[in-house]
Amino acid sequence: MSLVGRVAIFVGFVAIILVLWEGAKVVGGDPWRVDGEVVWDPPLKFSFASDVNLPHVWEVWAAMIAPLNAGTTESLGAYLFWQALYTWREAAIGFALGAAIGVALAVAFVHFGFFERAVSPYVIASQTIPIVALAPMIVFFVGQTMTSVVIIATYLSFFPVTIAMLRGLRSPDPRALELMRSYAASRRAVLWKLRLPASLPYLFTALKITATASIVGAIVGEGPGGIRYGLGRAILFFSQQYTIAPEKLWSAILVTAALGVIFFGIVRLAELFALRRWPEGFAA
Amino acid sequence: MSEAQATAPVVQLRGVGKTFALGDDSTVALNDINLDIDRGEFVSLIGPSGCGKSTLLRTIGDLIEPSEGTVQVNAKTAKRARLDREYGMVFQAPVLFDWRTVEENVQLPLELFGQNRAARTQRAVEMLELVGLSDFARHHPYQLSGGMQQRVAIARALAFSPDLLLMDEPFGALDEMTRERMNSELLAIWERTGITVVFVTHSIPEAVFLSSRVAVMSARPGRITHLIEVDLERPRGLATRESPRYFELITTVREALRTGEGRADDMSTSTERTAAEGGIG
Repeated sequence: MSLVGRVAIFVGFVAIILVLWEGAKVVGGDPWRVDGEVVWDPPLKFSFASDVNLPHVWEVWAAMIAPLNAGTTESLGAYLFWQALYTWREAAIGFALGAAIGVALAVAFVHFGFFERAVSPYVIASQTIPIVALAPMIVFFVGQTMTSVVIIATYLSFFPVTIAMLRGLRSPDPRALELMRSYAASRRAVLWKLRLPASLPYLFTALKITATASIVGAIVGEGPGGIRYGLGRAILFFSQQYTIAPEKLWSAILVTAALGVIFFGIVRLAELFALRRWPEGFAA
Repeated sequence: MSEAQATAPVVQLRGVGKTFALGDDSTVALNDINLDIDRGEFVSLIGPSGCGKSTLLRTIGDLIEPSEGTVQVNAKTAKRARLDREYGMVFQAPVLFDWRTVEENVQLPLELFGQNRAARTQRAVEMLELVGLSDFARHHPYQLSGGMQQRVAIARALAFSPDLLLMDEPFGALDEMTRERMNSELLAIWERTGITVVFVTHSIPEAVFLSSRVAVMSARPGRITHLIEVDLERPRGLATRESPRYFELITTVREALRTGEGRADDMSTSTERTAAEGGIG
């Protein structure tokens, strides 16, 4: 599809969401006011459409461009942008480390059966421990630094990569392995010429999951990590102000979602590049 | 090539047997196989499903180890011959790597053997010319038809000039017309290169058309029941397929297969049969 077509679909869909959002408030929200005067009193009352639960779109927008605090010039939007960048840095490092650990574990599992039998139960068990239980322990060990947040993001990142890579490394046809054996190829050659290239589509499927998981990990980690920056801190702070200024938390959520979409998009572009020589459908 | 090398059999099988263990049961896939294949021969292994012909081919390539007997390739053990890259292998599926172009697929063994880029490129050009795919060097395998893909697999198997070509039902997945064309092309390549071929098939016409000898196998346990000389004139072509001698030989092979099967049924027990059908292709 052409780029123009894609943009048109995106813009059209945003418009539909905005219409539904404000439509709910027209039908069942709180009274609409202009300069204190009630200009529209919706016939129904939906609790989800109240001004606290669902602020007007333009109120969110106004909050984004308004100064963050009285007396500062930085807008809420600019503030959130810088916090998002900070969180993204933590997430990206965790993403890279998680991917490296995931690939390394899968390669080790494929080559050493005893290692897989010994270690994989712990890898699986690690994923059932909720991060809220683990985060304080990591912070206690490592200290209230960005490192602990990176570790948490890594922790949430490596598992999908391990599982998908394991599948990918084992994906070659048995005859392809026989072919390599007929060439008396070394295990290293089998890994580099066959197993790793064959696992690329699997790897990128996992990396797309990991891109968003690492952001969640970074955000969740910033609270117990005692980090004074980042979207996690902003979300915690604005959630305390929710009843008086819901539009600020909504702004933080929108920026967080945008960050996830952008990071996903970056991985997607890398995938399209890496799989450009594959049959159509593999890079889907 | 020295006279001694030229006269030694390329493949020598002595009392080869293979037993697969399936839990408490065991299945005799191959039993007392003896066969010498001389340099430049084209030998087909033909037999019903489960007769162990693919297993036999794999023991020659040291992809499966025999339980009994000895396998020699070029007067070496099968393992030594594999490590010395004495044979090329072609499977029923082309087993090409989709992420590589056609020429890169042909270069794969040369890469593994440490040849430099210039030599590899040169060789791939020659090989693709040999199989008539020069115009498709930069294509990817998934852009080619099944017959073309199999030609790439043949080019890849021949790229490092092995003495022996092992083919496991290479044209089994192709339609009849493509298969006949591929048969003629394979014979042309065989005549030009002088390579020794061991060819597994379950098509009687294919075996007769291609081979200098046909080894007829029977199942349960898998063994060679007949060795049939194919004395059709070469070069073989359309006229061969229409000659009376061709049909005579087809009948001979068919009857050999039938008598082989009859004997197998008399000898085998029912448990052996089900296990063999499950285990060996």
